[in-house]
Amino acid sequence: MDYGTLHGVITIVVMLTFVGIFAWAYSSRRKKQFDEAANLVFSDEDSKVMKDSGEQK
Amino acid sequence: MMNHSQPHGADYNYTVVRQFALTTVLWGIVGMSVGVLIAAQLIWPQLNFDTPWLTYSRLRPLHTNAVIFAFGTSALFATSYYVVQRTCQTRLFAPALAQFTFWGWQAIILAAAITLPMGITSGKEYAELEWPIDIAIAVVWVSYAIVFFGTIIKRKTSHIYVANWFFGAFIITVAVLHIVNSMAVPVSLWKSYSIYAGAVDAMVQWWYGHNAVGFLLTAGFLGMMYYFVPKQAGRPVYSYRLSIVHFWALIALYIWAGPHHLHYTALPDWTQSLGMVMSLILFAPSWGGMINGIMTLSGAWHKLRTDPVLRFLVVSLSFYGMSTFEGPMMAIKTVNALSHYTDWTVGHVHSGALGWVAMVSIGSLYHLIPNLFGHGRMYSTSLVNVHFWLATIGTVLYIVAMWISGVMQGLMWRAVNSDGTLTYSFVESLEASYPFYFVRFLGGCFFVTGMLIMAYNVYRTVKAPKDSLPALAEAKAA
Repeated sequence: MDYGTLHGVITIVVMLTFVGIFAWAYSSRRKKQFDEAANLVFSDEDSKVMKDSGEQK
Repeated sequence: MMNHSQPHGADYNYTVVRQFALTTVLWGIVGMSVGVLIAAQLIWPQLNFDTPWLTYSRLRPLHTNAVIFAFGTSALFATSYYVVQRTCQTRLFAPALAQFTFWGWQAIILAAAITLPMGITSGKEYAELEWPIDIAIAVVWVSYAIVFFGTIIKRKTSHIYVANWFFGAFIITVAVLHIVNSMAVPVSLWKSYSIYAGAVDAMVQWWYGHNAVGFLLTAGFLGMMYYFVPKQAGRPVYSYRLSIVHFWALIALYIWAGPHHLHYTALPDWTQSLGMVMSLILFAPSWGGMINGIMTLSGAWHKLRTDPVLRFLVVSLSFYGMSTFEGPMMAIKTVNALSHYTDWTVGHVHSGALGWVAMVSIGSLYHLIPNLFGHGRMYSTSLVNVHFWLATIGTVLYIVAMWISGVMQGLMWRAVNSDGTLTYSFVESLEASYPFYFVRFLGGCFFVTGMLIMAYNVYRTVKAPKDSLPALAEAKAA
């Protein structure tokens, strides 16, 4: 395989990888999981053990 | 090492976060003040007092190193250690090693502050420090990676929050960039020569240089954005799915953009074109991330009226959007033919550095500091507001002055008479720039004044008695 063909193949592989990531991220099966993940920034407040940071109280 | 009382068994390690948060403010003031001094030297050259270590050539790398590696990187250490603990709901891995990263990093900053004014430099832009300091940086950075990824491994949550992906990419990539670009042959304790030569050396340098922008000054601060914007707005990020696509697209593209620093040089032409095209494509993930951050406020726009901390964060995203539009434009070869080596570049860098990096850090610190010291809010919200306006006005003065000056310089340098001779001498373009240099100096003064006000506000917050600064009622209800 010459250099040009190799570059062409790599370009297609990278493009398909990107489409794959896109499809993975936007598939409806993962919606719930991602909604939970998005709320991780707030779950540190809800947890009893973790509630209140460091030295306060 | 500075143990503090821990009311609950499972709370977070804030010692190192506090240390880095406070040094961020300190180094911000130092680094930006040096910037104002060298801006003044460009108008009044006498300000170097005929002292070698006060000359522009030695203070300029001191300024860039101080703001990027002392101010910016301290902010990244503080926020990444804070965010990784809170979103993984676990304590920091290897706390002694975390302490080592703090003291090690401060020692490196001190070494830079001594060696650069002495004229000790490897001559590589943004990588000026000589080889013994470079080795120290590599050691501290690997320790940082161990602490950060160790914490992720022992997380109590199943998912790794997106902010940590950005912080993680920043930590790994900076390690690779630093080690590869700093490869040198030492000839004495304080002098070394790069192992690369000619155009290869230039390419390695700007592969490093642009990815220092892409991963340290962008990916790291996007990690900050993905935690502090949702947190301060009281709403989850606009689209978590977009954040995943944003992450992979951004890190896959940034690494190729370096050649745009070497347009019309000895670098092969195809490499220049590749760098230009990749820089143009980079516009898409950059704006995807910016839109994701700003849209997080949809339904909470009214908070901007009362919350200057949120205003810092949102305006920083606007500047981010502006400079990531400007950047790809400037990477186009024909535009670069006008803009390169002029003040336009300096203006572009500062719209990113002041508008994006500094403002998102300042906003994050205003959220962080009350939390770290057990308060509901900063000592004075109106001083935060004053700081916001000083920072915004300072940034706008700076970048507008540099745009005008830069475009003017580019046009003057390329103007030719009908017989082919240059219309203007270099000194004529320099003279024409003086008024804009003064406006830039003024903008810098605004920005540093804001930082001094921040330092006072932080001091009063840290020293405030317990329970004297309750969260504002509205913020609490949210």
